[in-house]
Amino acid sequence: MPSVGRVVDLNRRTFVGASIAVGGVVATAPLIAGCGEDRQANTATSAVVRLRINGEDREIEVDNRTSLLDMLRERAGLSGTKKGCDQGACGACTVFVNGQRVVSCLTLAVMHDGAEITTIEGLERNGRLHPLQQAFIDEDALQCGYCTAGQIMSGVGCIDEGHTRSPAEIREWMSGNICRCGAYTNIVTAVANAARST
Amino acid sequence: MFPFQFTKAFDEAAALTAAASGGRYIAGGTTLIDLMRETVERPASVIDINALPYRNIDLQASRLRVGSLVRMSELAAHRGVRSQFPVIAQALELSASAQIRNMASIGGNLMQRPRCLYFRDVSAACNRRTPGSGCAAIGGRNRTHAILGTSDACVATHPSDLAVALIALDALVITRDGDGEHPIRIADFFRQPGGTPDREHNLAAGALITGIEVPVTPEARRSGYLKVRDRESFEFALASAAVALDIAAGRVRAARVAVGGVGTVPWRLPAVEQALVGRPVSAALWRDAASNAAEGAKPLSENGFKVELIKRTVERQLATIAGLP
Repeated sequence: MPSVGRVVDLNRRTFVGASIAVGGVVATAPLIAGCGEDRQANTATSAVVRLRINGEDREIEVDNRTSLLDMLRERAGLSGTKKGCDQGACGACTVFVNGQRVVSCLTLAVMHDGAEITTIEGLERNGRLHPLQQAFIDEDALQCGYCTAGQIMSGVGCIDEGHTRSPAEIREWMSGNICRCGAYTNIVTAVANAARST
Repeated sequence: MFPFQFTKAFDEAAALTAAASGGRYIAGGTTLIDLMRETVERPASVIDINALPYRNIDLQASRLRVGSLVRMSELAAHRGVRSQFPVIAQALELSASAQIRNMASIGGNLMQRPRCLYFRDVSAACNRRTPGSGCAAIGGRNRTHAILGTSDACVATHPSDLAVALIALDALVITRDGDGEHPIRIADFFRQPGGTPDREHNLAAGALITGIEVPVTPEARRSGYLKVRDRESFEFALASAAVALDIAAGRVRAARVAVGGVGTVPWRLPAVEQALVGRPVSAALWRDAASNAAEGAKPLSENGFKVELIKRTVERQLATIAGLP
């Protein structure tokens, strides 16, 4: 029924807008209670996930199809994580799940109930940039900036894992992140410098 | 992506029950989600098995057992695996990217589907995706396709590097269904396409992979993986070789050789192994033995270069492994 389709669509947008407007301190319960048809129609194909994102507990309702990436950008209001290829080939969407770097486009949000997620917005401490964020600025490790959030998240993972003993090793362990501007030389230097200072 | 029901299974019984009514298992999801987004895969129900107890790496005197939900990065980093099965650690670290290796499971790695562009493009003819529709690769762009184990129905290459190492080492795939555990020799696990390329393996419908087992052998300790590809990292193989050698008193006592990037399934090379065993080590031996590497090859219009490439890849890797301290 087309009219039902429109109602569902409207509710979803309302939900997105509201959850962003309140900073995500979820007003889901009243919203969902207020759209019985929507909920009934979607019982089997949507779910509420509870996650800790950048240290903050969140509850977010998602369609089963929603990738972790789309949930972060469109539901949690964290648009620092970028969508490049949406097929795991470019690394622009790299985030940490339970401390491990992953590509958030190739995993479903519903698979991460109870998980701890860190995005680029969660790297700074007490208003100070993470050493690798500062190193990217100092080394001019970007041009257009689209891949940068993913490069930095992946670089922090690379440093944590200890794969920074040589420029060749950094290149190999950063190969999941593509930079079409070609800022690789400075990215490798930034990762090497941050690894020395952390 | 088409809508689907999502279930998280908290034990084996729940997973097997959910799968019996047609559900599709998901672990890392790095293959399945990608294919669902392309609508190549359209499961009505997806079962998350990440809570099942298949997370251990257990290395004993006679065998290595690896739970199917161990991540590629975990297995590659395991100290015992690195020292006793270097070919496994190398095949893993030469696969995918650091992020994907943190996500992808060992069981899922074996269940990977082909990277053939026509398989992934729902507007193209593909017998593997849509049986009876034809194969666009045979008369199309087939530079990266297989030269071994092909049929008139399908020429797609098997994408896994790990499976090539495991075929060389005679691993077992441990499966579980309602009747209990069933080990399958990995050589019997994968199916060549023949007339039914949509049937990629001999895992029973709804069965789980709980783990893999690999025997500890002297040759596994002297082993390694060479991968030749179009770019230096994060790329599938054009040709690859898993080699394990036991050498004593200047002679080859045992040899295991398998190749990837050239076969519709991970491809063992018994003729190469037989040419090695009992012979004194020498550069000529590596060349002679490797000359059998493309036996039975049927090159396509764009991938004839793989015939020579696979021989040279095997020769180089035999020399490298024999030369190890």
